[in-house]
Amino acid sequence: MRNPLSKKVVNLEPSGIRKFFDVVNEMKDAISLGVGEPDFDTPWRIREEGIYTLEQGRTFYTSNAGLKELKIEIAKYTKERMKVDYDPDKEVLVTVGGSEAIDIMFRAMLDEGDEVLIPQPSFVSYLPCAVMADGVPVVIPLKNENEFKLTAEELEAAVTPKSKILVMPFPNNPTGAIMTKEDLQPIVDLVIRHDLYVLSDEIYAELSYKGDHVSIASFPGMRERTIMINGFSKSFAMTGWRLGYACGPEEIIEQMTKVHQYAIMCAPTNSQYAAVEGLRNCRGEVAKMRDEYDRRRRFLVHEFKRMGLECFEPYGAFYIFPSIREFGMTSEEFANRLLEEEKVAVVPGTAFGACGEGFLRISYAYSLEDLKEAIGRLERFVERLRK
Amino acid sequence: MENKETRRAILNYIERNSKANLGELAIMLGTDEITIANEIAEMEKEKIICGYHTLIDWDKAGSDMITALIEVRVTPQRDRGFDRIAERIYNFPEVTAVYLISGGYDLMVILEGWTLKGVSQFVSEKLSPIEAIMSTATHFILKKYKDHGTIMVPQKKAERMLVTP
Repeated sequence: MRNPLSKKVVNLEPSGIRKFFDVVNEMKDAISLGVGEPDFDTPWRIREEGIYTLEQGRTFYTSNAGLKELKIEIAKYTKERMKVDYDPDKEVLVTVGGSEAIDIMFRAMLDEGDEVLIPQPSFVSYLPCAVMADGVPVVIPLKNENEFKLTAEELEAAVTPKSKILVMPFPNNPTGAIMTKEDLQPIVDLVIRHDLYVLSDEIYAELSYKGDHVSIASFPGMRERTIMINGFSKSFAMTGWRLGYACGPEEIIEQMTKVHQYAIMCAPTNSQYAAVEGLRNCRGEVAKMRDEYDRRRRFLVHEFKRMGLECFEPYGAFYIFPSIREFGMTSEEFANRLLEEEKVAVVPGTAFGACGEGFLRISYAYSLEDLKEAIGRLERFVERLRK
Repeated sequence: MENKETRRAILNYIERNSKANLGELAIMLGTDEITIANEIAEMEKEKIICGYHTLIDWDKAGSDMITALIEVRVTPQRDRGFDRIAERIYNFPEVTAVYLISGGYDLMVILEGWTLKGVSQFVSEKLSPIEAIMSTATHFILKKYKDHGTIMVPQKKAERMLVTP
C-alpha cells in the first residue's frame, strides 16, 4: 500500500506534551492547575439564549461570515474596548473559536517560504498552523528577565526579507505577560519599517489587570496591517461553544472568508445567537469574572513569593509562570514527579516552546479553595526537593 | 487604591463571603490587613455594613421553618405615609423583612415561624387588627430554590479536562 500520509503533517512536532496530557487526563484523583479554560460556567443569560434559539428552531446555517447582528455587536465592542473601527459587513469574520481564525489567516496570507515570526512561549497552534499553510515559522524566544514581553531588539534580530507575519500573543498564554502601550510602540515602529503584518491574538484582552488592554491595531498605521483575533472562550467563559472572530482590512478578511466558507461553512448558529446576548447584556459578568481572577492572581503571586519560587508578576490571562530552575530538573520531569508524588497536574513550560524550559504554567482558573489545596501540595513537594 | 475603590472591592467580596480572612483578603485586593480592618470597621459604623448573617437551609437542619410572604394593603397616614405602620410591623421579631412595594399592594412582609398556626395567628391577631391595614394576603413558601443569591438545590458541576493547552 502507498503511504497514506502527508509528510507535512507527519513531520509536525507531535506535541511532546500530548503524552503528558493523556497521562494526566487518565488520573481521575489528581487535582489540577493545568487547565486553559475558565472555571466559571457560561453566564446564564447566554446559555438561556442558546436554549431559546434552539426552541425557536434557529438551527440553519448563517451566512458564511456570520450573523449580521453578531458582526454588528462585535464591531461595536471592538470600537469601544479596542478603540478600532471595523465595518461589520466587510471587516469582521465569525469563526469556530480563535483557533480557526489563526489557521485561516495563515492560509489566506502565506505563500511557500513566507516567514512567520512567533514569539514563544505561546499558544501551541501558531507554529503548526503556519507550517500547514506552507509558511516557515521563525521562533523568537522570549526571556524571563523581560517578563516575557517581546522587545524591539529581539524582533529586529529575527526579521529577514522573507518575514511576513508577526504573531503578537498578548496577554499571553502561558506566561501571563501583557504588553502596554509603551511596550508596543517600538514594535509598531519596526513592523511598519519592515512592512510586516500582525496576527494580534487578543483572546485574553478582557483579562488584563493593569489598566485596559491596548490593541496593537489601534496604533496609527497598524489597522491596515493587523488581523485582530478574539473570541468568546475566555472572556465570556464559552470555550465549548467554539466561537471566535477576526477583524481586519477587507482585502484580507475577504480571502479568509473564502477559506472559511470552503472548510467550515459557518460558525455554529446556536453559539452565534448566544454570543449576541453575551455582547449586549453580559459585560457586567465579564467584569465580575475578571475581578475574581485578579484576586486569585494576587493570592498566587503572594504564595509563590512566600514559597521562594521565582516568578515575575503576570498582569494578563489566568496564568502564572514560575521558574523551577533551582531544582535542576526539566519542566517535564518536575511536572511528572509533582503529578506522581502529590497528584497535582501543572503544564510544563516546554509545552509552549523550547524556551519554556525551566518553567511551569500554573492556571488560576480554579476556586480559591482548590488553589489553596493545590498550592499546599506544591509547597510540600518543593520543600522535599530543597532538603 | 482609592478609598472608594477599596471599599467597593471589599464589599463586592464580603457580600458573598462574610467569613473572609482579612489577611487573605488584603493579599487578594493588593492592600494591607490594617486598611481592610479599618475600612470594614468604618463601614460598620456608617451602617454601610448592616450585619452578618448566616444562610441556613433549615430543611436540611431538620427543622420545619415556615416562611410566609404577606402582601399588605395599607391606608397611608397623614404626615407619616407608610413609615409608622411599617415600624409597627417590623418591630415584631418574627418579621424578617418589610418592604414598601409599588403596584397592587403596599407592604411586603416576610415572616418566619416554626408552625403554620403561629404564622396564621400572627396575621389574624397582630396584623389584621391594625386599623390602617385594609387587607392582607398570605403566601407560604413551599421550596426555596435560590435565596440571597445562593442556589439552594443540589447542582452538578460539569467536569473539565484536567489539562488543556
